[in-house]
Amino acid sequence: MATTSGAILAGQRRRKRVRAALLGLAVFYVAVLLLAPLVGIAYVALRPGLGIFSETFSDARVQHAFLLTGIITICTLVVTTLFGVVVAWTLSRDDFRGKKLMNALADLPFAVSPVTVGVMVVLLFGPAGWFESWVSATGIQVLFALPSMVLVTIFISIPFVIRGVVPVLQELGQDEEEAAHTLGASPLQSFFKVTLPNIKWGLAYGVALTTSRALGEVGAVLIVSGAIQNQTETATTFVLFALEERLDSQAYLVALTLAAVSVVLLTGIEIAKHRGTREQTR
Amino acid sequence: MRAAVEVAGLTKRFGSFEAAKDVSFEAAEGKITSLLGPSGSGKSTVLRLIAGLERPDEGQVRLSDVDQTWTSVQERHVGFVFQHYALFRHMTVRDNVAFGLSVRKESKAAQEKRVDELLELVQLSHFAHRYPAQLSGGQRQRVALARSLAPRPQILLLDEPFGALDARVRQDLRRWLDDLHRELGVTSLLVTHDQEEALELSHQVVVMNDGKVEQVGTPSQIYNEPETPFVANFVGSANVIHGLVVNGRVQFGQNHVGGAAHLADGIMAHAYVRPHNVSFTRESANGLSCPANVERVVDLGWGSRIYLRLEDGQIIVAQVDNNDLGDLGVGLSVNVNLDKAHVFAPEGNGSRTPDELAVT
Repeated sequence: MATTSGAILAGQRRRKRVRAALLGLAVFYVAVLLLAPLVGIAYVALRPGLGIFSETFSDARVQHAFLLTGIITICTLVVTTLFGVVVAWTLSRDDFRGKKLMNALADLPFAVSPVTVGVMVVLLFGPAGWFESWVSATGIQVLFALPSMVLVTIFISIPFVIRGVVPVLQELGQDEEEAAHTLGASPLQSFFKVTLPNIKWGLAYGVALTTSRALGEVGAVLIVSGAIQNQTETATTFVLFALEERLDSQAYLVALTLAAVSVVLLTGIEIAKHRGTREQTR
Repeated sequence: MRAAVEVAGLTKRFGSFEAAKDVSFEAAEGKITSLLGPSGSGKSTVLRLIAGLERPDEGQVRLSDVDQTWTSVQERHVGFVFQHYALFRHMTVRDNVAFGLSVRKESKAAQEKRVDELLELVQLSHFAHRYPAQLSGGQRQRVALARSLAPRPQILLLDEPFGALDARVRQDLRRWLDDLHRELGVTSLLVTHDQEEALELSHQVVVMNDGKVEQVGTPSQIYNEPETPFVANFVGSANVIHGLVVNGRVQFGQNHVGGAAHLADGIMAHAYVRPHNVSFTRESANGLSCPANVERVVDLGWGSRIYLRLEDGQIIVAQVDNNDLGDLGVGLSVNVNLDKAHVFAPEGNGSRTPDELAVT
């Protein structure tokens, strides 16, 4: 008896040690690789004193960069949310030829480097590109202008809403929607009253990730925009060039602001989701 | 009696799989009609076709004498209760029940009144502000029922409504549904694989197997006068005896069972005998009984199940009340009477009419 209980105790101690080691590893990883750079940027950015805030954000170049980033982000959000929900719906509700292909294609932007995406757009709309005749006929400036910047940002952000919504839709099943239909709800009514409230957290998460991605994109945008000051320079490309121009504090502060927006958005959604679901199961 | 639901020649295919094959029956107004069959027999598909949740490949659906084959689910105005409740999880009980009224833009006052009425009816007034996740399975299904009844549907369709509940709750809800139906009198179609549920609740039973209707009849007809081997076997368990037809009897070994007068001599036939129709005596009562040995006696509390081995080695199960058991024990010789048999020829050629059955 004594030996078996001793063996059990030893087993429990071993499991505890393994658990502690794993926990320590996870905390170390998150702290060193995620938190440390963030704290570092904050420290360097704010070292010159709080005056750097007004100095940076009153700069016309910085203001323009943020405005442009804002416009691109909002355009991207509208498009990827609307189409993302439609694609997620078809992938989880419908059955059609090529569904697997479409499912794989939706993840393509994860697999392709943003730089490649930028080059693709240049090839399509640039001189001798497929759409060059269309571009010159309509007179719309695509390259080195807002349209191409929005286009590449949309491309690289497509998967987030789809991947946020598909699992929720699959888990939800069709029962509640069918129940709504038998109770007289039109397809639109059932979408807005039944489906949407159930997928809203998955959708919100996808939207938050899309926002972070759109705010932070640099490679593709840099290639198609040329990053012309006060014209096509976004917040991220500003950071890139400000560092070269020895505007270290400004660069750090802008980078910190971009990071802060993303972190606040993601944490805010986690908190709201926690509160929302707690009410329904308490 | 008027038919509230009429389906004719309904056929539904999913790819190459035929889920419903030429299904026809009528459901009387104000009554409960059950669709009974094993899983995969197509009964749920038929219910969904009637609701308009699926479109038939062939056939017709008429509700209250109006052809509704191609109308939308919303236009049919049916109440539908799902096996897994399908309650709106983000809404309170009250909002769930009010849903059908609010999408029809009924006035707030009318909604309030109707919801209170229904919550009272399903005895859940105290739970109005709970969410579905905070209720038990039985309570959830009562909410689902109240929700489906709120817009005053012309028919109520129930798809295995008690299938996800445990035995005790099933029993309670079954009785409760029976009372509710007596009170409201709404035409109801109940899909179930539980024969007891179907026989207890319904006015009429439609037995389905492999996408086809096997028999339509009252619970008594289904149980006592099965028209096909499937019905004889599925509804109430049955002993099956295989043998040759000789002079209107099914011959097996040295013994024979009656009830084959409708079959020609010389064909192979199956005789189905229900355990509670198997009677036996210690002494040979007449020349028709077969000798057997008591192999095993299983006490079920209220009665006993007796396993009897016939001379040719076949086992026959009998069910008797414990009061009639006497000193019966393993190893005793008895004489078994199997004359209350339903006899069918294989492939169904020669299945009998109820009139012929009445003779046995």
